[in-house]
Amino acid sequence: MIEIENVRKSFGQLEVLKGINLTVPKGEVLTVIGGSGSGKSTLLTCINGLETIDSGRIVVDGTDVHAKGTDLNKLRRKLGIVFQQFNAFPHLTVLENVTLAPRKVLGLSKAEADAIAVKQLTHVGLGDKLKVYPSRLSGGQQQRMAIARALAMSPDYMLFDEVTSALDPQLVGEVLDTLRLLASEGMTMICVTHEMKFAREVSDRVAFFHKGVMAEIAPPDELFGAPKDPDLRQFLAATH
Amino acid sequence: MFNYTFHWNQALRALPQMLDGALVTLQIALLSMAIGLACAIALTLFRLSGNRILGGFATAWVEIARNTPALFQIYMAHFGLGNFGIHLSPYTALLVGIAFNNAGYLAENFRGALKAIPDTQTRAARSLGMTSLQAFRYIVLPQMLRIAFLPATNQMVWAILMTSLGVTVGMNTDLAGVTQELNARSFRTFEFFALAAVIYYVIAKAVTLAARLFAARMFRY
Ligand SMILES: Nc1ncnc2c1ncn2[C@@H]1O[C@H](COP(=O)(O)OP(=O)(O)OP(=O)(O)O)[C@@H](O)[C@H]1O
Ligand SMILES: [Mg+2]
Repeated sequence: MIEIENVRKSFGQLEVLKGINLTVPKGEVLTVIGGSGSGKSTLLTCINGLETIDSGRIVVDGTDVHAKGTDLNKLRRKLGIVFQQFNAFPHLTVLENVTLAPRKVLGLSKAEADAIAVKQLTHVGLGDKLKVYPSRLSGGQQQRMAIARALAMSPDYMLFDEVTSALDPQLVGEVLDTLRLLASEGMTMICVTHEMKFAREVSDRVAFFHKGVMAEIAPPDELFGAPKDPDLRQFLAATH
Repeated sequence: MFNYTFHWNQALRALPQMLDGALVTLQIALLSMAIGLACAIALTLFRLSGNRILGGFATAWVEIARNTPALFQIYMAHFGLGNFGIHLSPYTALLVGIAFNNAGYLAENFRGALKAIPDTQTRAARSLGMTSLQAFRYIVLPQMLRIAFLPATNQMVWAILMTSLGVTVGMNTDLAGVTQELNARSFRTFEFFALAAVIYYVIAKAVTLAARLFAARMFRY
């Protein structure tokens, strides 16, 4: 379970998160929508401790992420994150991209890591690209590799930050299919996305962020069907 | 008027001796590069550490190495340290002096190379649970070495040429040292130095070529 309690975060003068409260139970698929600069990415990077917070608490399975003694490297093993830019490691083959962390962080043998990587890469449809360097992959393939790379650590939670936004339209579908597959397998996911159709169909709940505040959170039918927040109504009108 | 008679035979007879010297030259250049590379990586880590003392030390090293004559750096290693009771042989002093110079230039190359690697690479590595050192070792360092490889090759050539400064601290086994001694005995200055120049040239070109081939094999991405 991910518990976010009254989290505030500023960059200099700019308050980006203005007291966020949110609990994501195991097995939930939560999508986060909202305008540019509303704090969605910042929230994700606060959850896995890439960013600090100013006040409040984020607790993952009982571990306070930003407490002093917390071993973030250990915590991050259970929190996979995939970014908008694919962040492939260009000097490693697809297989090596995926096996590196299992070997160096989890201490698995090459054979063990290879087995896991092949399984995950096959899962995302890249079983035939193991020996290829990322520069030879399309954006959609690179992004699916990044997903496999995160999954190879056997995380309990997956955080996705607009993973389709940098893709050509015709490549969006294959990546969304991968996310759908994960959701159907019961993975706990927080997906920041601009794909409203996807959010509607895959989510248990949808959260709308506006200017650092979580203005509304509801199951998709309710949030899209009968939005209460005026900013959400405006946002939805603009995106349709 | 021009009435100098060339005596190439004498120079060619000394060729084996000079080639032995060339091996010493190459050895010093290679060792100084290996040491310089290790030091440059350490200096780069110091500069990234955010620690004021380590960072200051690294910056001072880079500044001195790049903005003072290599000759002085080698002199300091031999005579300067001698004043403090540290007596290095000409060979060691030359090695230390050039390694110091190499480290400074390489560290500066690395700084430039690091700028070309986006922060998101480190973020992605850290997100996978790697420590900052692991992220550097497995993600940043290999990319940095690739970007810095060609400038480093230039530094290697420069290191080969710098070894000739060893004669000023009494080095007499490297190519320049051997040539200098032959010259002192025979006064066939032009012939000996022309031949030595050809040998330096060939070594420098061979190293550049070898580096290209190595790069083509190593960096396939
Ligand atoms: N490292 C940073 N330093 C300073 N300001 C930052 C930093 N990261 C984000 N911001 C600012 O914080 C605000 C929120 O950024 P964030 O990336 O969380 O928004 P977002 O909701 O993900 O937007 P988008 O849909 O454009 O990705 C923005 O105004 C952004 O410029
Ligand atoms: Mg964002």
